[in-house]
Amino acid sequence: MEHTPPPLFRTGPTPLARLMIFAMLSTVLLIADARFNYLSTLRQIIAVIVYPLQRLAAAPAAMGGRIADFFVSHSSLRSDNQRLTGQNLELATAAQRTEALVKENAHLRGLLGAREQVPVPSIAAEILYAARDPFARKVMIDRGLQHDIEAGRPVVDHVGIIGQVTRAYPWLSEVTLITDKGHLVPVLNVRSGLRAVLAGTGDDGKLELRFIPLTADFQIGDKLVTSGIDGIYPPGLPVAEVTQVERNTAYLFAGIACKPLAGVNAGTQVLVLGPLPALPERPVDTPATAPAKKKGKS
Amino acid sequence: MAAGPMSPQELLLPVRPGFIVFTLITALLCNLLPWSGWAMWLAPDFVALIVLYWCIHEPRKIGFLTAWCLGLLMDIADGSLFGQHAMAYIILAYAGMVLHRRVQRFAMTQQILHVIPLLLLIDLVVLLVRALSGADFPGYAYFLGSLSGAALWPVLTQLLKLPQRPRPDPDRV
Repeated sequence: MEHTPPPLFRTGPTPLARLMIFAMLSTVLLIADARFNYLSTLRQIIAVIVYPLQRLAAAPAAMGGRIADFFVSHSSLRSDNQRLTGQNLELATAAQRTEALVKENAHLRGLLGAREQVPVPSIAAEILYAARDPFARKVMIDRGLQHDIEAGRPVVDHVGIIGQVTRAYPWLSEVTLITDKGHLVPVLNVRSGLRAVLAGTGDDGKLELRFIPLTADFQIGDKLVTSGIDGIYPPGLPVAEVTQVERNTAYLFAGIACKPLAGVNAGTQVLVLGPLPALPERPVDTPATAPAKKKGKS
Repeated sequence: MAAGPMSPQELLLPVRPGFIVFTLITALLCNLLPWSGWAMWLAPDFVALIVLYWCIHEPRKIGFLTAWCLGLLMDIADGSLFGQHAMAYIILAYAGMVLHRRVQRFAMTQQILHVIPLLLLIDLVVLLVRALSGADFPGYAYFLGSLSGAALWPVLTQLLKLPQRPRPDPDRV
């Protein structure tokens, strides 16, 4: 005859044992995610479960905005209208000039036999919320895999680059902002034509140019645009402005701080730029150094 | 017997499981609200607070599995490392279960003194996990959320006890 405890006292493993089991599971997940990126399918599934909650939580703010829109005063509408009409006129003349320039450019490019610059398609999206992760700078936007968005797409607002899609879920995607620590954008100094790599610092409103020689031509107020050599960001989009240049001969490199031009922390409307034309394939690394070495040695 | 002041024990109705689910979903929604600027630093982790509350008050109704799954949901919603919130919440669940007889006996101030170290502990766990994966220390404002969470504890306790208070019977004087 077996003596099993009555149901009241059957409580399963002790809390400590359960804590250990779940802690092990979490550790396995953490390692699988951080080191090997194995869990994208699981992420997709859970993302679908959280999606309604995310939309629901973002709803009140959106509704508040719509209500505020409704109660805009007559005078502000009129002043807006006046300003926009003026702006429209200015832009119309600019557009006419641009049209002429585009034609001329196309003609010249044809003459030169240069590759045509393909216009980049774009998808409008709205920022739902900023992720509550103090270690990273990320936002969620309301377009995802279902709208042909995939990881790696650049995201811009009306001024310039704000970041890049790093994870796409079925109806949402996660955008890593250019201010995120470890986010890099290859840029070009408009004034001097120097190329550099702009790195995020994890600090809102501050970016830095790393490994720039002390003598390089960077000045306060210089505009930086994307150089487009990475194949991710299309060339010529405004990114940042140099705010501080520190040349200390005690260091190897100049300390150059910049501030992002686009509303990285403000604004809700963004554009996700479509797939860029593929870059030409990298040339195969030919063992050019090997014979040279031999020559040097012998 | 006890050195400190003890709160008088209230007789409460049993909690409906539906109410627990409702509070957990509400907490998730609060976490997903579009916080920005200083509010983001100040906003407590509502899910952590609610998990801790139910683990202290109803340790038989909510367990590690619930806490863990909620953690996974938060990881996806925040785009953080997968398993980071899950790890934090199960530690809270464990602490809540181990301390549940003790914390309920204390008055509110002493309860808050129990809650602050627990919330700071899970902040440290998350900090450790992220530091191991190569993140920088985000500054001391990182701990503000835990302090405001602890300040919210008395309000939360009163709110969550409301549905369990027995209604006064009009037939009895």
